Amino acid sequence: MAEPLLELRNLRKNYGALVVTDDVSLSVEPGELHAIIGPNGAGKTTLIHQISGMLPSNSGQILFAGEDITNLAMPQRVDRGLARSFQITSILPGFSALENVALAVQARSGSSFRFFGTAAQEKDLNIPAMECLSEVGLGARAHIPAGLLSHGEKRQLELAIGLATAPKLLLLDEPLAGTGHDESQRVVETLRRLKSRLTIMLIEHDMEAVFSLADRVSVLVYGRVIATDTPERIRANPDVRAAYLGEEEMV
Amino acid sequence: MTEIAETHSAPSLGARLEIIPVVLFAAFAAAPLLATFSGAEGYVLSLLTRVMIFGVAAMALDLILGYGALVSFGHAAFLGLGGYAVGILASHGFEDALIQVPVALVASAAFALVTGAISLRTKGVYFIMITLAFGQMVYFLATSLAPYGGDDGMTLASRSLIAGSGWLENDFTFYWVCLLCLFAAYALSRSIVASRFGRVLRGTRENAVRMEAIGFRPFRFQLAAYVISGMMAGLAGCLLANQAEFVSPAFMTWQRSGELIFMVVLGGLGSLHGAIIGAAAFLLLEEFLPEILHTVSFFLSEETRSHLAENWKMVFGPLLILIVLFVRGGIMGLLRRSHYG
Ligand SMILES: Nc1ncnc2c1ncn2[C@@H]1O[C@H](COP(=O)(O)OP(=O)(O)OP(=O)(O)O)[C@@H](O)[C@H]1O
Ligand SMILES: [Mg+2]
Repeated sequence: MAEPLLELRNLRKNYGALVVTDDVSLSVEPGELHAIIGPNGAGKTTLIHQISGMLPSNSGQILFAGEDITNLAMPQRVDRGLARSFQITSILPGFSALENVALAVQARSGSSFRFFGTAAQEKDLNIPAMECLSEVGLGARAHIPAGLLSHGEKRQLELAIGLATAPKLLLLDEPLAGTGHDESQRVVETLRRLKSRLTIMLIEHDMEAVFSLADRVSVLVYGRVIATDTPERIRANPDVRAAYLGEEEMV
Repeated sequence: MTEIAETHSAPSLGARLEIIPVVLFAAFAAAPLLATFSGAEGYVLSLLTRVMIFGVAAMALDLILGYGALVSFGHAAFLGLGGYAVGILASHGFEDALIQVPVALVASAAFALVTGAISLRTKGVYFIMITLAFGQMVYFLATSLAPYGGDDGMTLASRSLIAGSGWLENDFTFYWVCLLCLFAAYALSRSIVASRFGRVLRGTRENAVRMEAIGFRPFRFQLAAYVISGMMAGLAGCLLANQAEFVSPAFMTWQRSGELIFMVVLGGLGSLHGAIIGAAAFLLLEEFLPEILHTVSFFLSEETRSHLAENWKMVFGPLLILIVLFVRGGIMGLLRRSHYG
């Protein structure tokens, strides 16, 4: 078996006495779409924060493409090909959608210590940025200030920004949260297309989407991974059903 | 957030000629001619020269405050560094600007690099306080420089030489040199703001976490901007020393730092020429408010009128506060609004 792209070893995070990530070990294989599901407050976002480097871990190890990245800062992890989206939309509201994405292209294309020339007019940045926007279906909205986009469009923009960093692994924190039916269909279709090119770790509450997209699913409950398996077997797993008892989302 | 969307679109040099900066610089260029006819040539020239010098300093501050949301409360320190570089070097016989200015720029850059590297580790109020503390540190250092006048400061024997010649002694020449510096600083700042570098700075102002999440290390960009800003303010300090033919710790009191912030906010954050307009408005109000008050209060008794004129600062403060409170976006905001009807 090939070396996993991402490997978490006994990862822990606690806030005082509250253990939010409890001895999590899991691996993401190259090319797979690995979904993480779990009830509200299970620690899914916290886990993404730890992997992306926004939050330090109390103990454990994070390996990315064989390298120990546990102590690297977020920008260094991005350089190595680890991108993320945010559950709570995090964009530059005063910049156009295109510029939001072009900045991500700029981050990986040479030095940004250039004091001359108008960045907003650099074709080398704008063309790849436009491709990412078109990929998520926002091409027509490229020149709208990001702060004025609809909620669903902002979610799509998050995705486009992540793509523009040219990641090996894309961490997506509930990309469908709060989107309407049509928009969420569009995002699911986009993810289906991206699946063939990228390794994706997907956190999502929309079970229909999860089970149709995921190659493997891990279930997180109270900070612990209680199961990792194919979607079919996860659906049939009695522990998982017990954890979700009373939650109507489970199909 | 909506305010940000309103006030900050990246200015791009050359893309469209904007009317306000063109009028502004044309006015500065025409002013010496008018001064000749005013009958108070020396006075008008020296006042406008001060306006331009503070325009450079306020613009330097706008670069980090308006585009980086870094509220430096110690920027007067750079005025002092520039001024003292001129004064101290001159007192040791180095009177040429070709030596003084590079030394002033290097000193300002070094000070900005060290204090910036420390200050930028903090955010918000702490950043304000720590820049203030560094500013005060330089202020007290200057007051303790007994060989260079201590508290009283020192008078320059003459203005700086340029490559050995005394051109700057002529007030007109000095005026043009200041205008040239103002224009160069403006053009450079415009370029920086629209560049790749400036875009990272502006992006960090809006959402630093997002910038890190796409791979930028905001600290480096903020520090570089702080150094550039410090050097620009240091240059203003060199000019100010020459204009006053005098340097003293009063150059870098915290009140002076506060005034710089006021100028930027008064003119309108994040437009660069707004800072120049703010500096002009501030200095001209300070200069003419006593007379204006005297004239406007014609219906009062002569005694009250002169009291009012004497205590003009009682009106100045509240007036500034009212402008900032009720004219969102400063003078530039006002101009923009009237432009769109
Ligand atoms: N800064 C913090 N201090 C203390 N507790 C926190 C902090 N951040 C998160 N928590 C707690 O950690 C737990 C996990 O939160 P997290 O946001 O990771 O859950 P989640 O699985 O993403 O939930 P959701 O599905 O609602 O997005 C929650 O109980 C939360 O209250
Ligand atoms: Mg979450």
